[in-house]
Amino acid sequence: MSDTAPVTVEATPRTLTLEIFRYNPADPASEPHFQTYTLEETAGMTLFIALSLIREEQDPGLQFDFVCRAGICGSCAMLVNGTPTLACRTLTQSLDATIRLAPLPVFELIGDLSVNTGKWMRNMSEALETWVHSQEAEDLHAMEEKMDPALAESIYELERCIECGCCVAGCGTAIMRESFVGAVGLNKITRFQLDPRDQRSDADFYELVGTDEGIFGCMTLLGCQDVCPKNLPLQSQLAFLRRKMARTGVAMTFQRRPGK
Amino acid sequence: MKVIHSDVLVIGGGLAGLRAGIGARRRGLDVKILSLVPPKRSHSAAAQGGMQASLANSLKGFGDNEDVHFADTVRGSDWGADQDVVRIFTHMAPKAVRELAHWGVPWNRVRAGDHQVIINGKPVTLTEDEAAHGLITARNFGGTAKWRTCYVADGTGHSMLYAVSDQAIAEQIPVHERMEAVALIHDGSRCFGAIVRNLINGELIAYTATATCIATGGFGRIYRVSTNAVINEGMGAAIALETGVATLGNMEAVQFHPTGIFPAGILVTEGCRGDGGLLLDRELHRFMPDYEPDKAELASRDVVSRHMENHIRKGHGARSRFGEHLWLDIRLLGEEHINGKLREVKEICQYFLGIDPARELIPVRPAQHYSMGGVRTDAQGQSRNLQGLFACGEAACWDMHGFNRLGGNSVAETVVAGMVVGESMADYCLGAGGEVPLSPALVRDFYRREQAHLDSLCGRGEGEKAADLNREMQNLMTDKVGIYRDEAGLSEAVSGLQELLERSKNLHASPAPGANPELVMAYRLPRMLKLALCVAEGALARTESRGAHSRVDYPQRDDSRWLKRTLERWEEGASSPVLSYEPLDVMKMELPPGWRGYGVKDHIPHPDTEKREQEIAAIAQREADRFARQEAALPFKHLLPEQFRPGNARYKETDDV
Repeated sequence: MSDTAPVTVEATPRTLTLEIFRYNPADPASEPHFQTYTLEETAGMTLFIALSLIREEQDPGLQFDFVCRAGICGSCAMLVNGTPTLACRTLTQSLDATIRLAPLPVFELIGDLSVNTGKWMRNMSEALETWVHSQEAEDLHAMEEKMDPALAESIYELERCIECGCCVAGCGTAIMRESFVGAVGLNKITRFQLDPRDQRSDADFYELVGTDEGIFGCMTLLGCQDVCPKNLPLQSQLAFLRRKMARTGVAMTFQRRPGK
Repeated sequence: MKVIHSDVLVIGGGLAGLRAGIGARRRGLDVKILSLVPPKRSHSAAAQGGMQASLANSLKGFGDNEDVHFADTVRGSDWGADQDVVRIFTHMAPKAVRELAHWGVPWNRVRAGDHQVIINGKPVTLTEDEAAHGLITARNFGGTAKWRTCYVADGTGHSMLYAVSDQAIAEQIPVHERMEAVALIHDGSRCFGAIVRNLINGELIAYTATATCIATGGFGRIYRVSTNAVINEGMGAAIALETGVATLGNMEAVQFHPTGIFPAGILVTEGCRGDGGLLLDRELHRFMPDYEPDKAELASRDVVSRHMENHIRKGHGARSRFGEHLWLDIRLLGEEHINGKLREVKEICQYFLGIDPARELIPVRPAQHYSMGGVRTDAQGQSRNLQGLFACGEAACWDMHGFNRLGGNSVAETVVAGMVVGESMADYCLGAGGEVPLSPALVRDFYRREQAHLDSLCGRGEGEKAADLNREMQNLMTDKVGIYRDEAGLSEAVSGLQELLERSKNLHASPAPGANPELVMAYRLPRMLKLALCVAEGALARTESRGAHSRVDYPQRDDSRWLKRTLERWEEGASSPVLSYEPLDVMKMELPPGWRGYGVKDHIPHPDTEKREQEIAAIAQREADRFARQEAALPFKHLLPEQFRPGNARYKETDDV
């Protein structure tokens, strides 16, 4: 394997024990269980490297999802010793010699460590209409609209979400309520709400998230903030959205249509 | 047999495929997109530094326009590019940036007044115009005369991919995720869709279509050390090759990026050097100005990567337990800049190297990065051999990069090509292509053949393991078909790969139901080997050095013999591709071959070059207006869909080229 980094480890390499959740829903004979693999740790070994080695050398049938292996695509979120995180950038040296890996909860299981985050995220995007809603004609030949540089940077702060699903897996509400849009969805609403190119009003956003499936479902346990691999400001964004939607709800009750 | 029909089938859910799908959908067609992974996880997301478009809004971009971008791209390609296509591209790139702005990409913006930057290792104060405040800004990248690379911090590809993917959702385009096309359905002259394997449950499905588009990205994973995502195995190009009819172009043109972190090969953006970062050797000496006094770290990628490897060979590499490398120094950019504009780089350094790049040096060495080659198409993205088959993005060779791509030109290409090819697929479906009846028997034949093939892989009691052959292939490619190439090494690579291809006939996988990753590797590997052979044989045959293809035994660029594009085709059951060549016509070039402005100067000229230079000089004398001059030298607007023909507005339009 080439994907190793020059990080020093002890002179005598450790033997790692990986306890990996196994279950193949396509196989009627398969029962959910943990299977144990051992391998020798190498310098700079990540869980991507460890799992790839196990698949190459011990168990070619093991299912998991890696794409970029650089912490930017969000494919490889799983429970590492019970905590949702990105496996590709988790160094084994940061963990005890026995490592327990399980698929993210909430999402549909494809097999072993592989879950269908894509389907969940597409449903969320459709439900929350996570795109810029604009009535302006697209003139591709004219000068672009100006935008304040600081505002553009603030939008990017919220857009750094990689839809990995850690916040959903770490969320008490999401585990109890299947249709909850999660911090990932609520954060997107704050992103589009901030963007002047999106012409939706607060009332429009209220229609999307002013419910128990949306912002009012959040129990402020803030597991999302703790596990977000991109360190998004989820706590402040959710609090902001809750206040805004509560005000909007009150205003709507009195039939005033608040501006954006 | 499950059959799903569409007007347009796009194979690949990255930027190019999504944008092409949106174009066709907006013309009222039924579009389906297949993707190996959820589309937002496509490798487009990994493009960090930015997208080239000659908006010319910021101080260091003033005077930029399509002409300057065109010249930079052609020089970057070492005159391998199709100049018609480069013209289409440079004309479209500003439109693509503005469309993306409309769709929500938070491009970094010009900030009026003074700000400090690092140029050539020294702090410089730039003063941006008050009137430009809030327009889209740009950073510097290699091989460009102007600061032209529009960016969103160092998450440009991520922001672009999310905007385009969300737009596809807004347009209600179904993306069938975790679906892999394993064969194209065709009758030898026309393509009718693909046989597809569901990567969740293992089911085979026939996706029939009037127009089929390959947008599966590059094939970097045939190399051991690559910046590419693990899904970049070139399967789209490979199934096109396996038709025996469609051709692949310039497969030997493989780019190595100067700054893969060592030894993992994970990319850190060219923006590091564009923003002022330096390359240092083991003595912490800044060596690039010794080789390239003018462009230094910001020569084109092929040139910088060669100097780096060469510098290591001369004994100046820093040593580590994994081997030798050089250093990338971005400390001089300061913590604030790194935290704001290079934060992905910072995260990568923290997580994979355990270092803080604001304080420590980053170990780097060139790593395979980009496939200039791919499915050969015309300027509208259609295969010249198989009607109804289209390709766009990195998977295609329409050919705007020639033998070396400039940084920032690939994400730009994905969207531009998607805009163009979406329209041309729609034209095809709404025109003659839509009239052609589809033969159910043909679909059934292809379906049965693929099912039988998969069954046979699982049917053998024992055999070769794909993981073993894969490792050997990757080693051969990295060791013998890398940055520096020669006849001996390439010959060894070809015979080694042929041996692996022979062994791959005995591949074996367990018959486990469902996704079955072992089976996936077993059916992909022979396809990867065929691509690897196309690269190695193309490289062995090309006895010159051009762009990223560097032969130590033929160090000169030889325009007299090699100003031509390699085409490769694969006949069923063969152990080698069939090579042919497509000449480039100097007499039609707007920019005749010359010196690139960096790299070696001693090319062998083409006999027509001087004559064409005189013609172009005469046009320049005759026509004062840059648009008239361009039109006289290389008319290209007729190749564009009508709605894309108008010019691009600029904050300051000048003729200062």
